[in-house]
Amino acid sequence: MRPALEAGFWLLALSGFWLMPEQLPLLGQAAIAALFVLSLDLLVGYAGVLTLGHAAFFGLGAYGAGLLAQQGWGEPLSGLLAAALLAGLLGLLTAPLVLRGGDLPALMVTLGLSLMLGEAANKLPGLTGGADGLLGVEIWPVLGLFRFDLHGRTAFLYALAVLFLLFLLARRITASPFGLALRGIRGNARRMPALGTPVRRRLVAAYALSAAYAGIAGALLAQTTQFVSLDALSFQRSAEGLLMLVLGGLGALYGAMLGAIVFTLAHHLLSEMSPLFWQFWIGLALVGLALAGRGGLLGLGAALLGRRA
Amino acid sequence: MSALATEGLTRDFGGFRAVADVSLALAEGARHALIGPNGAGKTTLVNLLSGALRPSAGRVLLGGAEITALPQHARVKRGLARTFQVNQLFPDLTPEGAVGLAVLERQGLTGRWWRPAAAHAAEREEARALLAGLRFSAAEMRAPTRSLPYGRQRLLEIALALALRPRVLLLDEPAAGVPPGESRAVLEAVAALPRSVTVLLIEHDMDLVFRFAERITVLAQGAVLAEGPPAAIARDPAVRAVYLGGPAHG
Repeated sequence: MRPALEAGFWLLALSGFWLMPEQLPLLGQAAIAALFVLSLDLLVGYAGVLTLGHAAFFGLGAYGAGLLAQQGWGEPLSGLLAAALLAGLLGLLTAPLVLRGGDLPALMVTLGLSLMLGEAANKLPGLTGGADGLLGVEIWPVLGLFRFDLHGRTAFLYALAVLFLLFLLARRITASPFGLALRGIRGNARRMPALGTPVRRRLVAAYALSAAYAGIAGALLAQTTQFVSLDALSFQRSAEGLLMLVLGGLGALYGAMLGAIVFTLAHHLLSEMSPLFWQFWIGLALVGLALAGRGGLLGLGAALLGRRA
Repeated sequence: MSALATEGLTRDFGGFRAVADVSLALAEGARHALIGPNGAGKTTLVNLLSGALRPSAGRVLLGGAEITALPQHARVKRGLARTFQVNQLFPDLTPEGAVGLAVLERQGLTGRWWRPAAAHAAEREEARALLAGLRFSAAEMRAPTRSLPYGRQRLLEIALALALRPRVLLLDEPAAGVPPGESRAVLEAVAALPRSVTVLLIEHDMDLVFRFAERITVLAQGAVLAEGPPAAIARDPAVRAVYLGGPAHG
């Protein structure tokens, strides 16, 4: 992506702080969704591993950070780190199960694991608050300076800053030899072992990395809303994440973020206009984009720009 | 000591014995061809040698050391590379990017996640030089692989293996499907392989086999039917009967 467009993207995101002061909680949600979809893109778009259960890592991060704060340690950045480690560890442990077979087993195993985790959270109200959600989450000021306020100002800037830094890291990683090897595995998984690549080990690393990213996204949600519900672990979150990714464009970091932002905002607008039928419009947009090509919104934009140039 | 050897190598698929008790020995620097009619077990044998398949019985030795239990990628690290009969390329990568990936992998760098791949200038330069040696133009090196003509893709298939600097190279029908106008470049690339590389050529094209090979093993129904220098193989009545199409050939 061209530097001017990149700068424009981030400035536009930041300008929401002044342009839509009433909607900052919504914009914060969009930034968190963008981070979640970024994590999905690392796994699905770059490494080519399919998942229907990524909410497991999001939810684990959310409950991890939420519980840490509830138990008296409300420092936000270390909360993110703890969530990343927790989710990354779960990723490391479950990766061998997910990567055993082909695409269909991966879908089934990821779905199964996330359903199990969701049900466990539901059945352990003493720990998670069960269906009532996790209450009493108190987060300290960011860096000891910026207090979380009722308008969601700090929450938005905090989420956007974390998204920006983790985007930079993801870009670094995808451009590295490791990232190139992941593209190679997605491009031709049969050839990679013949080049000497330990494919399984690379995919396990990608899975754990993606899980850690999702965990941070979940922790951000817990910290900025000071609440965790079972929604964090829901199948709907996993599925919507995939929809956002396909909408924005697979295998492109900006596509992932764009898809998340457009989906979140469209969801909000459409559900205000027609509370019952908003999914119809999202569905229509998805079918249209899928028929138009593989690149999603980003691919569409690039094609339009390319035609003009 | 053989560069590559098998002892009693056997592979069953259910009740079907695809490879039966095959013992081969390739000397250092050998130009060895493996021929046989369709279904003789050539491709299964290559998969057993490269580690894509595990044998039902028997052993594989690389430079005298047993590698039977090693997975594919570990065999590559020990100097055994292969090409594929049906192209196994990276459609979205450029030749430069794909060969660069192979070079990075040879250096053991694909686990590194901080320094950009593009900043590994020496590896990229090596990839370019290798492709230039196979007469890729600068434009071809930077075009997506899927846009290249089939003959170029066939060369890239070989380039990916060469980038690994193998001691033993398995070439699985390198000229398969290449139109006559483009096949010359492939044949030249095979002929130009340095003597430090031991080559096992699996081939259908008899012209290429008899021009290139110094020893030939004939496989039929999974077993070794004959082995020897090309002249002896060409005269062998058993070989002529099953494979070379009777006395009319050559």
